[in-house]
This record gives sequence, C-alpha cells and structure tokens, in this order.
Amino acid sequence: MTGQPYRLAEGGAIDRSRPVGFSFDGRRYTGFAGDTLASALLANGVTLVGRSFKYHRPRGILSAGTEEPNALVQLGTGARGIANAKATRVELHEGLVASSVNCWPGPRCDLGALNDLAHRLIPAGFYYKTFMWPHRGWHFYERLIRRMAGLGRAPEGADPDRYERMNAHCDVLVVGAGPAGLAAARAAARGGSRVILADERGLPGGTLPDAADTGRLGETTAELEDLDNVRILVRTTVTGYFDHNFLIALERVTDHLGPHAPAHLPRQRLWRIRAGRVVLATGALERPLVFANNDRPGIMLASAARAYVNRFAVLPGRRAVVVTDNDSAYGAALDLHRNGVEIAAVVDLRRNGEGGKPAEARAAGLQILAGHAVVDSRGRRRVRTAHVARLDDDGSLTGPVRTLSCDLIAMSGGWNPAVHLFSQAGGRLRYDEALRAFLPEGAPQAVRCAGAINGAADTASCIAQGRAAGAGEPDDRAAGRVEAASRAPWAVPARNRAGEGRRFVDFQNDVTSADIALAAREGYQSVEHLKRYTTLGMGTDQGKTGNVAGLAILAQTLGLAIPEVGTTTFRPPYDPVTFGAIAGRDVGRLADPVRRTPIHRWHEEAGAVFEDVGQWKRPFYYPQDGETKHGAVARECLAVRNAAGVMDASTLGKILVCGPDARALLNRIYTNAWDRLEAGRCRYGLMLGEDGMVLDDGVTACLAGNRFLTTTTTGNASRVFAWLEEWLQTEWPDLDVYLTSLTEQLATVALAGPNAREILAALTDDIDLEPDAFPFMAWREGRVAGLPARVFRVSYTGELSYEIVVPAGDAMDLWTALTGPEHAVTPFGTEAMHVLRAEKGYLMIGQETDGTVTPLDLDMQWILSRKKDFIGRRSLARPAMRDPLRKRLVGLETGDPATVLPEGAQILAEPPSGVPEAMIGHVTSSYWSPTLGRSIALALVQGGRDREPPTVHVPLDDRTVRASIRDPRFYDPDGVRMNG
Amino acid sequence: MLLIPCPWCGARDESEFTCGGEAHIRRPADPDALDDAHWADYLFMRANPKGSHRERWCHSHGCGRWFNVERDTVTHGIVSVYRMGEPPPGGDGS
Ligand SMILES: [Zn+2]
Repeated sequence: MTGQPYRLAEGGAIDRSRPVGFSFDGRRYTGFAGDTLASALLANGVTLVGRSFKYHRPRGILSAGTEEPNALVQLGTGARGIANAKATRVELHEGLVASSVNCWPGPRCDLGALNDLAHRLIPAGFYYKTFMWPHRGWHFYERLIRRMAGLGRAPEGADPDRYERMNAHCDVLVVGAGPAGLAAARAAARGGSRVILADERGLPGGTLPDAADTGRLGETTAELEDLDNVRILVRTTVTGYFDHNFLIALERVTDHLGPHAPAHLPRQRLWRIRAGRVVLATGALERPLVFANNDRPGIMLASAARAYVNRFAVLPGRRAVVVTDNDSAYGAALDLHRNGVEIAAVVDLRRNGEGGKPAEARAAGLQILAGHAVVDSRGRRRVRTAHVARLDDDGSLTGPVRTLSCDLIAMSGGWNPAVHLFSQAGGRLRYDEALRAFLPEGAPQAVRCAGAINGAADTASCIAQGRAAGAGEPDDRAAGRVEAASRAPWAVPARNRAGEGRRFVDFQNDVTSADIALAAREGYQSVEHLKRYTTLGMGTDQGKTGNVAGLAILAQTLGLAIPEVGTTTFRPPYDPVTFGAIAGRDVGRLADPVRRTPIHRWHEEAGAVFEDVGQWKRPFYYPQDGETKHGAVARECLAVRNAAGVMDASTLGKILVCGPDARALLNRIYTNAWDRLEAGRCRYGLMLGEDGMVLDDGVTACLAGNRFLTTTTTGNASRVFAWLEEWLQTEWPDLDVYLTSLTEQLATVALAGPNAREILAALTDDIDLEPDAFPFMAWREGRVAGLPARVFRVSYTGELSYEIVVPAGDAMDLWTALTGPEHAVTPFGTEAMHVLRAEKGYLMIGQETDGTVTPLDLDMQWILSRKKDFIGRRSLARPAMRDPLRKRLVGLETGDPATVLPEGAQILAEPPSGVPEAMIGHVTSSYWSPTLGRSIALALVQGGRDREPPTVHVPLDDRTVRASIRDPRFYDPDGVRMNG
Repeated sequence: MLLIPCPWCGARDESEFTCGGEAHIRRPADPDALDDAHWADYLFMRANPKGSHRERWCHSHGCGRWFNVERDTVTHGIVSVYRMGEPPPGGDGS
C-alpha cells in the first residue's frame, strides 16, 4: 500500500489514482487526493503529532473536524507560514510542508515535557499565583513562558497573498450542508427564495457514515447546483452571527491547492451576508470522556474513528477499545469491526446498555462490558492498554481493574449541539437533562435550527426538520431525539485515593477535572470566572469539545444543577479568521485614501518632504542642496520674515454658508459677533463645544449680505461641516441656511512677507493693494496672474500676507506665476508655518488644544461676545472654569537659549526630588526660532502668566531644564508688521 | 451590524450611519435661566434604558440627514424611524 500501512485497499472518498506527497516534521510521506493532513498521517501510522500547551504531553488526533484541540500544526514557511492549523481540516496537496507546534526540539523528544513531571507545581491559576511579584520579574518569566508555550510561529515578512471581501444578500442563508441543511436549501430554493448554502467542508453532504444516504444527498446537491437562485459556498465557515441577520463567513478559496493555486484567485474571501432568514443546520460535536490519561495519542472520538475508516479508508488502529455513555458509538464499533479492526471490548458506562444498537453489536460478536468504564490508559507515544473497571450504582468504581491491550480507544461522552451561532444571534439555550445537552430555545432574530443542533439523532428527522425550516413551515423540533438514559459520571473517578492520572477536560489548554474542582474550592464559582482562572475553553478551539463537561464538573463540585451554573457566552468567531481576510484589499496604498492638493506635483518636483495631515499630503519643508530639516526650515522662516514666502494652504476646510439666516447661524456657532461684518471684510472666529471647550478656529469672510465663506483647520474640515449640519437639522430647523463644502473646489495660496504687496502688485492690475484701500482683514475680488481670484488679507505668520483663493483647476498656474524667478519668492512648508505662528503666540488647534482647553485658558476673553448666546457660553460660566489652578497658555523661555524642549514634556514647579510629584503643565509647541536666534515654546501651565514665581522645571531623560514663563507673543507683539 | 431604514434612502448598513445618542433633548432656550446642576443635566446626563430607546442617527455616508430611531436596546430590534420634527409614533416624545 505505497507505504501507507494503515490504509484500506478499497472504500472511502479518496482517489487512490492520485498520490500526494507531503512532509511532516521533515519526513516525507504519501497520501491520496481527498485526504486531510490528519487522515494522511494516520494512514502512515503517525499518531503522535504534537505536544500539549502547558504540560507538553504527547498528543495525537482527537477529532476529524473543526473542533480539533490537539492536532495543531505549523503549515508552510516564511511569509506564507500559518500557525496552529488544524490537521483535521487541512486538505492535503502536493508539496505540503507541516510541522508540530509546542515542542522543542521535536515531538518525540521534547524538553518542555519536564513540565509534565512537575505538574503538581503548575495548578490552576498558576500564572496568576506565581508571576504576580515582583512585577519587574514578569518580563523575565514571560520570555521563558513564550518559548515553552510555543504557540506556533507568526509568518515572516509581508503577506504575499490577496484577500477579498464580498457583500451578499439572500432570502435564506443555510449554514451547514449535511442532510438537514441540504433539505432546507432545497425547500427554500423550490419556493423561489434566493439561497446561500455554506459549509466548512470541501463538499456538501455532511458527515454521514452511510454510503446510501450520502448518495441521496448527492442528488440534492446536484439539483441545487443547477438552480440559479442558489449559491453554494464550500470551504466556507460561517463564523459570526451579528444583529439583524448579518453574518460573517470565511471562504478558503485556494488554501487546499497550496502553491498550485491559480493566480487569479484570492487566497480567502470574507463574506458579509445579510439574510432575510437563517437556517442553522450546524450539527453536533461529540464530547470526549473524562478519565485518567484520556489524552494519549491513539485516543480519539468515536465519531472521528468512524469518519477515518469510512470516509478516508484509514484504520485509526488495529485493536480498539470503544468506550461510551450513549448509543452512537456502537455504530463506530461496528464500522471498525467490519473493516478489520479487532474490537477488544465495547465499554458502556450505562448499566442498562440494551436496545437496538447494543444488540446489533452483540450479534456481530462484539464483547460488551455494560456498567463499566475505562479508568486509565498507558502508552507513551501511542496508547498501549486501556484499564477497565466496574461502575457502581452511585458512580464509584468497584471490583478489580482489567487491562485490555489496544492501540486505539474510541470514546463518546455524548453530543453537544453546535449552538455557537445560535447563541451569538442572541438565542437562548435550554439545558435538556434527558439529552444531557444545551438546546436552542427562543431567538430574537429570524433564525431556525434544524437537525442535530436540535438533538435529532437520525437522518430522516434531520431531513424533515430541514425541509420545514427551509420552507418556513412549522416542524417538530423534538423529532429524532434519543434520550441519554445515562446517569454516567461526567468524570470517571480515579482508580485510587491518590487520584493518580490527570483527567483532561480541555485538551488544548491542559485543563483537568482536578483544576476545575480546585478553582471551585478557591471560590471561582461563576462559570465566567472559572473560565478565566483555569483557561477552560480559552484556546483556539474555544472549548468546543470540553466546555460542557467542564461546567458539569463545576456544577457537581458546587452541588448545583447544570442550568444553575449556565454556560459562558459564545462569541464570534466560531473558528479563527485570518487578519488578511479581515483587512481584505485595505492594505498598503489602499489602506486609506491619500488626498493631494492640485499643486502636489510641483511640490514633488521641488523635492519637498511631505507631512501627513489627516489624509492630506502637505509639504513639510523643501530641502535644497543637501540641507538638513533644521537648515531648510530656518531658511524658509527667514525668507518670510525678510522678503517673501509662498505656501500651499489648499487643504484648509472651506464651507460656503448662505441663506437668509446665515448670519444668525454664525452668531450661534462662533463666540464672537457677526452682525456688523460687511461684504468685503473678514473676521477670525472661534467655535466651542457645548461644554465650553475649543473645537476649531478659522477666518470667515462676508462675500455678500448673507453669503459667507468660512474656513476651518485642515484636520477638522469634515467635522466642522457635520457639526454645523447637526445643529441646523436637529436643533434649528427653522434657520434658513445652506452649507456647501468647497474644500476641494477651491485652492488657497498664502503669500507672506514684507515684499508680498510688491509681488502681488506685479501680478494684478484690477485690485488696489494700497493699505487704505485694502486693509488688514479685508478681501477683494479680481484677477491674479490673469486668473479669477479672491484675495484675503489675513495672516497666520505675523507678516504682511495675502491668501489668494482660486478654483482648484487654476491653482498650478497661480503657483507657477508666484514662484517665477522674477519674484524671488521662497516656497515654505508647514513646519516653517508652525514656527512663524508660534513666534507670534498663535494657537494651533490640536496642538495647544486637546478638547480640555477653554478660551479662558487661552487668554482669549476678547473673542467672547457678551451680547448674545453661543454654543458653549453657559458652560464657561461654571465656577470651575475660573479655577485659578486651571492650566493656561503661556510662553516659555529656557534658561539656555540653545535648548529646544521636546513637545509634550511635563512641567514641574520644583526640580524633581526623587519622589513622585504632580505635574503642573506640559509643553504644547516648541521650536528653534531662527528669527530670534533662540528656542521658543508654548505651554499650558497651572495659573498661566499669573504664576509666581514664574520659574518652572522641565525634567528630561538626562537632565532638568529650567524655564521661565512669559508672554506667548515672542515676536512683534503689537502686530505692526501684518497691519502695515 | 444593524440594518437601519433611513426615512430618505431606505434600509442601509449601520456602517453608513453615525449615532448621535439620545433623541428629544432640547437645547434650553435660555441657558442662563438654568443653575449649574440643571445645565450639567442637559449637557451630560443621558438615559440608558433596558428596552425601548429613542435615538438620533445621521446617515452620514449617505444622504447626510438626521432622523430619529426607536430601538430596543436588548434585542437591537428597530421599532420605528421618524423624521426630525415629527412626533414619535408611540407618542410621549416631549
Ligand atoms: Zn439616507
């Protein structure tokens, strides 16, 4: 059998004509097309696939599906490496490379297994108990823990794959394509509904063991594939169920093809589905039994053993002990037996293991040990023996322990309906004592459950429920339920008083029944606390196999009924989603839009260094001939102060405010009065939140009687627009005002410096620039460089300055004309602008303000009208706003003029003395001022300029800088230059 | 993700909208008539009911209009939507 010693000669849904080569832990193996990595490893006799998370115990393959807690592997290498892939769900492809996780140097010899010997030192809550002190020690412990824990390796380098996001709408979404789901999809489709049918496996048809049933389902699948109103998504896990029937599903488009995937396909798609109705046909997951050493390689779920032998034609062992507390495992025993596995015994925890299934097994010659339990196992890398004892009526062990040799223990501890999505949808669960399971009950959304999720145990009931749910007809939810007559213990008792042998409940996180009992004794009696303390159910499998047994053991310890303990919250995702799929195409250049001004190309060609301001790219400075940033900014500042500079200010927000009540709106929004602003004039305005804190500032010009052009800061353009709209629509619908954003339609170029008037005069012949005709804070319309323009005489640099506004399409022509060699104008960037405004003590929104700063803190009482109400005014009247200890804006001068303080530095009243002390403020802006030849800073400091003494201390990493408080206007405090 | 029926555009995903919090809180006509405690009430205090809640929402990535939504905070079901200035369908909007 081509080196696959555990492969059957015939049967199974694999293609023996297509061998597939792969490697695991560096060794080459062969499987067949149709295999999963898990089935191919079993076919090759590999049962030890990794080590457990905490104790590094040898572990094998527990399941055949998504619930797998043990068989996690590292897939691929480099940038395509995938950590913690479930071997039970990885479809085999040629050249697949996989390796164990959680072990070093390898799974057969793992140094971390020393933890297993020391397990008495690692009880529940170990991390909390041990690493609490000293807190500096955590850094040391953490490195060791990470190394030992070995949660797989993150991919190295940028993700080379492409991911897509799909939005879909449907009348009916059916989750799960087993018998119930297929019936639901067909019934809904035949009724004319648009249907999406999603299943996590590679083929519809579910996990039925019987070939005849599978054949019938194939016919249903074929019918659905032919219908135009049905979309079948395979390899698609519906992983999140949100409000209003919005669900998220991950489609693994090419993962199963590996490097042979066609280039035009994305690796995965994230589906965002809005469904009219949802049918959950998600099935049920089998529970392991809890007995001593129930975690050895070779111990697996009975349903998994059955799936390997039937679907993959693989013998999971040659001599099996089947142990169960319900009827379902008898089918596994019979199927194993039929395929040549010797059944050492079927161990049934129930005393009354009679009825159809056991009788059938007995007829086939199988030995049934009713009222017995497997109490222990032996075997290091693979189970060698099962130890069986009789169970008393009260659930305790009695009589001698028999040893059965075996290389497979197939176990069934009952079934958990897969209610995860139902619970995410807000559905209530009910614990059913007879079924020993949580069942779906009422739901606030349009969702129905069908099949094994309702506890149905036979195919006919599943199909009937599916058909009814798909058609939207009533059904019998209780159909097909089989009582778990079992009073079997949730955890099989220990063999002796010493309680030897750990009984695992959560295999992935190594949580044992003793851990749960200990946590309960220590007071962790809420299931939510238990979970966090013991880490039960907190692995990547989210406790799909272990949670119910875990909370049953908690209930038992506390002497409560299971419904009184309840379940933890089921949260999305049902199964992990890759970050790549979540990001989709929103990566790299497409992560966020980039906004460029119409002059951008010129800046680029001039070698500008750009700064991101929101989504805008703004020239930061223009280095020339190897200049440093410091040198370039100093040159640009001095050019503005001594000659003329030009800056692209197109990113400023521009809002056209017009309508009969435009002036009334400005009066309510801005702190100052707008009644007397005439056409042709501008005014600086400050707007506050209703809490009195500064929101934004900018200049507004009156274009005509009730037409205004308002400017906002670059970063707040859309926020201010939304702010005005909100007030107009919600509070003042009586105001007749229209707002239009012109931010991108208009471009603004600021021309600043003592030569500005002379330069502008050369470019216009229809605007009178004489100071009397065109004073400060006025605007004029005319032609500049032959272009229709509005010219605003405003200044943010403190120099004589004009802001020239033209349609965006003319901006490049205007800029080119202004920067022509005949004018000797220096382009300057945002950093020079910041320095120039700081020299003037002007505030910058977002730098001097942070949402906690009032106009009073900024010494801007002058801008607060006393004659009208405005947003935020009442809040300024609160006594706390006048607290003398509020931080207020000041200038700071360092003792050493060469020292430039870091922005954000904390300010103290006294030099630091070694004990913690309260800071009295912080540096908001700080620069080297080329104009003054020294450093300057703005700061918010308690008491502001009234502070006595005016000396403060700024502790830095290596020293403390002394500074003195002063007027924030460092340069031309009376504004002679800009008014000139 | 909620599916919100904008009264102007129809049902759209929640990601197109901005929630403006509790509805029907009027700005006092004369703020000076309020003492600090009452002003703080207007400014900061909001209902947080379990069950039916009236909220303002804006279709910010659509038509840009504000409107009112009555939503059940337990089931997240939308009971009704109505335009600004309209009385709530259930009455008692004050
Ligand atoms: Zn709308």
